[in-house]
Order: sequence, then structure tokens, then C-alpha cells
Amino acid sequence: MADQMQLYEVFIRSRRGLDHKHVGSLHADDAIQALEYARDVYTRRGEGVSIWVVASRDITASQESDCESFYDPLDDKPYRHAAMYALPEGVDSL
Amino acid sequence: MDKRVALVPGEQTFQARIDAEEKIEPKDWMPEKYRQNLIRQISQHAHSEVIGEQPEGNWITRAPSLERKAILMAKVQDEAGHGLYLYAATETLGITREELIDRLHTGASKYASIFNYPSLTWADIGAIGWLVDSAAIVNQVSLQNTSYGPYARAMVRICKEESFHQRQGYNIMMTLMNGSQVQRDMAQDALDRWWWPSLMMFGPHDGESAHSAQSMKWKIKRRSNDDLRQQFVDQAVQQAEAIGLVVPDPDLQWDDARGHYDFGAIDWEEFERVISGNGPCNRQRLAHHKRAHREGAWVREAMAVHEAKQRLSNEDVA
Amino acid sequence: MKSDDPVTRYALRLGDDALILGHRLSEWMSRAPFLEEDIALGNVALDFIGRARLFYQYAAERVGGGVTEDTFAYTRDVREFTNLLLCELPRGDFAFTLCRQFLYDAFSLPFTEALAGSADSRLAAIGAKAVKESRYHLRRSRDWIVRLGDGTEESHRRCQQALDELWIYTGEMFETDQLIDELVALGVAVDTAELRRCWIETVSETLRAATLTPPTATADVSGGRRGIHTDDLGFLLAELQFMQRAYPGLQW
Repeated sequence: MADQMQLYEVFIRSRRGLDHKHVGSLHADDAIQALEYARDVYTRRGEGVSIWVVASRDITASQESDCESFYDPLDDKPYRHAAMYALPEGVDSL
Repeated sequence: MDKRVALVPGEQTFQARIDAEEKIEPKDWMPEKYRQNLIRQISQHAHSEVIGEQPEGNWITRAPSLERKAILMAKVQDEAGHGLYLYAATETLGITREELIDRLHTGASKYASIFNYPSLTWADIGAIGWLVDSAAIVNQVSLQNTSYGPYARAMVRICKEESFHQRQGYNIMMTLMNGSQVQRDMAQDALDRWWWPSLMMFGPHDGESAHSAQSMKWKIKRRSNDDLRQQFVDQAVQQAEAIGLVVPDPDLQWDDARGHYDFGAIDWEEFERVISGNGPCNRQRLAHHKRAHREGAWVREAMAVHEAKQRLSNEDVA
Repeated sequence: MKSDDPVTRYALRLGDDALILGHRLSEWMSRAPFLEEDIALGNVALDFIGRARLFYQYAAERVGGGVTEDTFAYTRDVREFTNLLLCELPRGDFAFTLCRQFLYDAFSLPFTEALAGSADSRLAAIGAKAVKESRYHLRRSRDWIVRLGDGTEESHRRCQQALDELWIYTGEMFETDQLIDELVALGVAVDTAELRRCWIETVSETLRAATLTPPTATADVSGGRRGIHTDDLGFLLAELQFMQRAYPGLQW
């Protein structure tokens, strides 16, 4: 269809020091316009100090069906988490 | 990349996930009926927001003060935004906005019937904000827990933004009730006309709702029509009384045993008449939307062509 | 609601420009070519209504005696409005609205920048706030002119036609009169004649990028500052002022 615009994903940093967070998507013709519309559509109440837009088609996503091989192998390494290491009574700030 | 055999979880796994209050995300396997049911519900919701711009938009150019004008513009603009969030949520289900708009235009997809009533006086802007938005919010708050992730997230955002909508509507009504007799009459007349259509917004009684049972099981809907309607009545009656408005229902009375208001019978014939296309403004609402879409076609086309030209010339440079 | 105070009269001119243009933009709500643009146009319209309120509030304070921003917006007749004719022309199609907006924004940005340096601190403060808005407005409308001008044959034609129609109303932005001269001498008003070169540069550069032809019309139509308007303003006011006229003196 001739008038089919592209889909863009919008990420907003709400305050300095925070990560950009996905807030939604919108249609635009190119990245510049997507950025302008993101400002109008997603920051009407001063929700952000920085905006990223990414064409949705440029995002490569992990597949749900890959879950077992993709994430499960990462889930058996409790030694990566501090909670595994018990501390003696009276020791904190560690 | 090696080609792994996709492990498609069946309907049982799907339902188990829903029962465990896990969200379904766009790329997850889902029953085709779940997908279609969601497309129907979310797009109907999106269309309602967009068509809902009209009865209130009608008064932007006639608002009685500059402050009211700015507030109303911001509110109508939010509605366009909400329509946009919801179209985007629907698009994650594999359908384009263009197709959704087409369904609206052919009548294959509905929007909230309440917007087929006219906004005749300024008090209607108060009544719409107070009653129609309150009714919508009662429903939307429950949908923040809907099972489909993108829909639930859109609802969270929408509920956050809508909190000012019902307040500004109620504030208009309150100002009118504190004004002259003419203004009080205007407010009461608006309540008289918008009350019953607002109750109808929650849809048919639970026993007669075509989609309810399955939608509840899939947690697309979280609370029943009657349950939500009762909550709305309980809230609104109290709000009406607080500013001296009379709810136009002779059967309305507090039921101590139930802890709720009992209210009169809804005129379902009128509901059917309006939903099937014969309300006061059905034709105008749709014609307005079609016209704007048609008149914008050359703009959308120009954008696409311009973008293609830019891409080509960039490639030349590179 | 006549005032002889020069600063009040000046503030009203600027308030009228903003109100009438904002009103025209607000007519687009629910009518834009697509949702994103509906919202974006709404933001621009809101900026102008907000700007009008600031100018009117200042004028109201200077006049005193229970006059408010709404007194100016809702109880003056056509002859008392002193907006530019450019601002009151009916919205037309999307090309007309965006061309008008671009021609105005290209003026409004250097204007608000200069106003921010006004010797009148209130006007300077409004100018400083408006500069930020205008910078964004111009970026947006310039972008649209390029897209539409260098888009399809139809969008180019519509854009060129809108420009040709609008051109004769642009000279009024740079006109001066006794009031302006007096206030420029005091460092209060912006000398718009000095902005013309900057405006022409912006417009020429943009039209070139948009493959559009600068109109050749040399005549100017003006009168807004003296309350001589097109017929269109009366209809706009009839709609804008309906409530205050039908129910005078009430709070809403």
C-alpha cells in the first residue's frame, strides 16, 4: 500500500541517570519524523529528557521457542548471585 | 544459525500460563481465537477513542473560556493518543492500522455506541468527561491486568493519563451547579441524556454477552459487565448527589443488604438500535472519520514518495 | 475593551495573533491525515492558545478593573481584533495549513528571540518561553514543506498553490506603524522590519529544498493591525464567542 508508514519503537529516558525504557510505538515516514512524533505522542506530560526511536523491522528479537536453549543454561549458576553466599552473624555491608 | 525445531506449546500450556497470571507476549504461541478475540476487543477500544474525539472536539472551537479551551484540547488530544497506543497494541497481533481503519469504515469493526449521541450543550462536555470517562476508567482499570502484555501496558499508560479527564468533566458540572439556574438546568439536562447511555457502555448483562465467558477464561476481560456497571453506578450516584444533580432513575435506591445501589431496567431496545447504526449520530461520526482519512490520503502518499526519494538519493551518495 | 496604553495595545496584537492562529489549528483535531499528526498539530495549537493567554493576562493586569484574559478573547468584536490577516485565513487543506504555519513560524522564531530582549520584562519573559516553542514549530513546519513540496505531483501542486495564495499576506508581518515605532524607540517592541532578511533566508532555503518556486506576487494585503479584516474573522469569532454571547457574564 502506497501510504503505509513504517513502524518505530520508542524508548524514553525519564530522568538523567536512568536507562531508556520502551514506552510504545508509532508510525512515521523516517527516523527524524519518528523522533518528532515520539515527542508529541509520548512526552506530553514531560515524561522524558531523551528519546530513542528504532525502526521496528531493525530489531532482532529472541524467539519464545528458543527459550530452553537460550535462557535455561544461564539459570543454573547460582554462584553468580550474592544470595548464595551465607554470611556469619553480625557481618553486613558485604 | 541452526534451524531448531520450534517447540510449539499447545493450548494447555497456553491456558496454564494464563491461569498463572503470566502475560502473553506478541511472539508467543496463542490460539487463533484468542488472537482474533483480542484484535476485536482492542481495535474496538482504539476506534472508540478515535471516534470519541468527535463529540468533544465539536466544542473545542466553542469552549466558554480560554482555560476550558486548552483543557478540552489537551483531553481530545489524549484520546487521539490513546487510540494510537491501542492501534499499536493491536498491530502486535499481526494486523496493520490501515486494515483496522478499513474495518471501521466497512462497519466490520465497532466502536463504543455512546459516541453516537450528540453533544448539544457545553454541559455535555462535563457529562461526557464525568460519566463516559468514569465508565471507561472503571473498565480500563480492570484491564490493566488483562492477559495480553501490550494491551495491559497500554491500559496502564492510558489510566495514568485519564485521571484528569473525569475530574475536569466533574469540575465542569460542579461549576455549572454553582452557577445560575440556566446553568443548573443545562447540567441536569445533560445528566438526563447521558446517564442511561453511560450504563449501556458496559454492554449486555452477563448472561447475554456473546463474548464474555471465553474472554474471562482467557483473562482478556477481568471483570464481568454487570460487576463493572454496579461499581460505576455506586460511584456516580454519590458524585451526582454531592453537587445537587438528580439521577434520572425512579427505581434507584440504596440496598443495605447488598451494599449497592439498585437501579432500574436498561432500555436494551435503544441499545440495539444505536449499536446497529441508528443512533442520532452514527452516520455523521463515521462520515467524519472517512472524510478525514480520505482527505489525508494525498499527504500520506506524499510522505511515502518523499521518503523513497530520500532513500534513493542517499544510496546514490553512498 | 479599548485601551490607549501602548504596551497593552501591543500585547493585545500579539495575543490576537496567537489566539486566532491557535484557533485555526485547533479546528484540525480529529481531522488530521493520521493520528500522530492529529496529536502533533494539537500540541502546536495548545502552544499558541497558551501564548495568547500570557499576552492577554498581561494586558488584563495593565487594564485592571476586573478585566481578564477572557474579556479580550470573548467580548471584543471584529474591529477590535488586531491580529495579522495571515492568522485568520480559513484552515484550507493540509498544505494550506502547513504552509501558513511555516511562513508564520519562520517569522515567529526570530520575533520571539527578539522579544525575549524587550525592555518590558513581562513581554521579555513571554518571548523567552515562546522561543523554545517556536524553534520546534519551525523545525516541524519546515520539515513538512520539504516533504510535501518534494513529494508527489499532487502534494507539490497543493503546496505551491497554498504558497501563492498566502504570499500576499506575509508582508503584513513586517509592517510598522506609529505604535510600533513608539515602542521600538523605548526598546519594548520588536522592529519587525529588521527580521525580514532573516525570514527571507529561511523561506528561500526551505523552498529550494522543497523544489517549490518562491511566489512572485509583490502586492501586500494588510489591515489586521487596524481592525480591518477578511470576512472570515467574523465567522471565527461567532463560533469562538458563542457561549459568552449567548450566556453573558457567567462563570464556566
